[in-house]
Amino acid sequence: MNIHEYQGKSILKSFGVAIQEGIVADTPEQAVEAAKELKTKYNSDWVVVKAQIHAGGRGKGGGVKLAKNLDEVKEKATAIIGMQLITPQTSAAGKRVNKVLIAQDVYYPGASPTKEFYMSILLNRSTGRNIIMYSTEGGMDIEEVAEKTPHLIWKEEIDPKVGLRDFQCRKVAFNLGLSGNAFKEMTKFVAALYKAYESTDSAMFEINPVLKTSDDKIIAVDAKVTLEDNALYRHKDLEGLRDITEEDPTEVEAKAAELNYVKLDGNVGCMVNGAGLAMATMDIIKLSGGEPANFLDVGGTANAERVEKAFRIILKDKNVKAILVNIFGGIVRCDRVAQGIVDAYNNMGSINVPIIVRLQGTNAEAAKKLIDESGLKVYSAIQLQEAADLVKKLVVN
Amino acid sequence: MGVLVGKNSKVIVQGFTGGEGTFHATQMIEYGTNVVGGVTPGKGGTTHLDRPVFNTVKDAVDKAGADVSIIFVPAPFAADAIMEAADAGIKVIICITEGIPVKDMIYAKEYIKARACRLIGPNCPGVITAGEAKVGIMPGFVFKQGRIGIVSKSGTLTYEAADQVAKAGLGVSTAIGIGGDPIIGTPTKDAVELLMNDPDTDAIVMIGEIGGSYEADAARWIKANGNKKPVVGFIAGQTAPKGRTMGHAGAIVGGAEDTAQAKMAIMRECGIHVVDSPAAIGKTMAEVLKSVTA
Repeated sequence: MNIHEYQGKSILKSFGVAIQEGIVADTPEQAVEAAKELKTKYNSDWVVVKAQIHAGGRGKGGGVKLAKNLDEVKEKATAIIGMQLITPQTSAAGKRVNKVLIAQDVYYPGASPTKEFYMSILLNRSTGRNIIMYSTEGGMDIEEVAEKTPHLIWKEEIDPKVGLRDFQCRKVAFNLGLSGNAFKEMTKFVAALYKAYESTDSAMFEINPVLKTSDDKIIAVDAKVTLEDNALYRHKDLEGLRDITEEDPTEVEAKAAELNYVKLDGNVGCMVNGAGLAMATMDIIKLSGGEPANFLDVGGTANAERVEKAFRIILKDKNVKAILVNIFGGIVRCDRVAQGIVDAYNNMGSINVPIIVRLQGTNAEAAKKLIDESGLKVYSAIQLQEAADLVKKLVVN
Repeated sequence: MGVLVGKNSKVIVQGFTGGEGTFHATQMIEYGTNVVGGVTPGKGGTTHLDRPVFNTVKDAVDKAGADVSIIFVPAPFAADAIMEAADAGIKVIICITEGIPVKDMIYAKEYIKARACRLIGPNCPGVITAGEAKVGIMPGFVFKQGRIGIVSKSGTLTYEAADQVAKAGLGVSTAIGIGGDPIIGTPTKDAVELLMNDPDTDAIVMIGEIGGSYEADAARWIKANGNKKPVVGFIAGQTAPKGRTMGHAGAIVGGAEDTAQAKMAIMRECGIHVVDSPAAIGKTMAEVLKSVTA
């Protein structure tokens, strides 16, 4: 589960991680009040207005602006709140901005130059251990850094038996070229950040940039926090941070119906049992000349109720020109699934797009007969290749 | 014969008396798997499905000689069940449970490292040695006996492959469902290695999906090991968008390296017969075997 920058920072702060402070605002008026409050605390007129959406690259799309006085705060907040923000990580339509974070300006001049770093914590899947990944090249796209200057990225693996050790924190600070007070602050920063990651059962932290200020503080200027869905049951407080306005409404509805659905941009919908087979079905749609409109795993119990729900969700997408149902009946019998499809179809009245049903496995022949004799506008198949050929015939031509 | 499980395996079911455990234990027994009992804490001393129930895995090992365990315990308790099995001396631990928190698996994986056991899964369909033992949730009849080994991250896609293999006039030695989670006990390479060393396996179907580097690691190992047996490969998720989790917790494209296309390219370079279409697995395997014997 992704959360907003302001929510991520508040989690970080609660574990003692120094952050760029800020106040979230829903309206330009609230933004101005927030800026006033920050001025009394930090004695500066300058603040940063930051769009709160679940996507990176906000600055590139015009979602992060410096404001040097209250008039500018109002002007910039007015422009950003309600805008469709398009970044390299959003779709072409962008995402609507509902909130802005009014944040303190942390790039103030001082005794030493400021310096931006990159830091993330994530699972190294090859070793099954967490790593801290960090770089001197902060504020940039890390994939670009990995491509151009891979020697400037370091990784520190955490041994689960003993956790993150002090020497590892020191290693990070040394590799980042720090000394004096900034060095000490960085070791504290790394330790606190890892504690926050572990304690919240997070799946990923990405802090880009981590800033060394001109007075040698180390702070998180941004925070991309991804919590692990499977561990949310033991973090009821964090569950509430979910912002469903950031998600596709159809995906939200599917989730409520316990269907695993991801919306895509194509024209052929699909309904499949099993995640691997569902991805393979998307691939076969593409190989047949169509484009998959979604990923949908109906799971093990493909009964009439679930099938109907799945049909309704797929059909919300107006781009869908055909639906491919691909069920490998193992322990679920194909004839039962076929009956479910027929019942769902009848309950829904008419479905205006052709449906291709491929049922293989237990009682596949009986299932095909049931579909063929139902009188519905449903094309049946048993072999996967037959289903692919039907997609080609019905959609591409 | 096959690998991991066979007719001599003594299998116990952890989470024996629960709904899932009962249903699948019944199916396993019907298949002919030697299920010697099960574990449900607090129900030790009773019987279920005509087999003894034990309080601990240790009891099941001591009293029933169990050496294989299949786990149906709910996600919050499953990592603990894996560690209990490892501690009790179970040799092959097969964890079906989906949704175990990553943090729990980090500890479980570390814990079992120091013990002489192999973990398959979690979030997997299990392992079947055709005609001998089914220790999983797969439909047994799909797996015709034969000499093709299958390694796969996914359940229904494994059944699909086994079915195509049968339609092509071939059969399965052992099919290993390694699981679709970010942390699994036996990565693709280890499962492939078992089948490469199995005298009853002539060729291997290797099915992967987006996310992680297990397939690339396996492909490089296969090449380094001299491509001893032909391998037909497929990677699901060629059309999956970046940054989205596709059903399996581990199926997510992070960078350029873990896309289906990147994995397929590496597999081809390493001499694996990669198919673009999941419908071509069985046919391609038959062709490859024909060209080898010709």
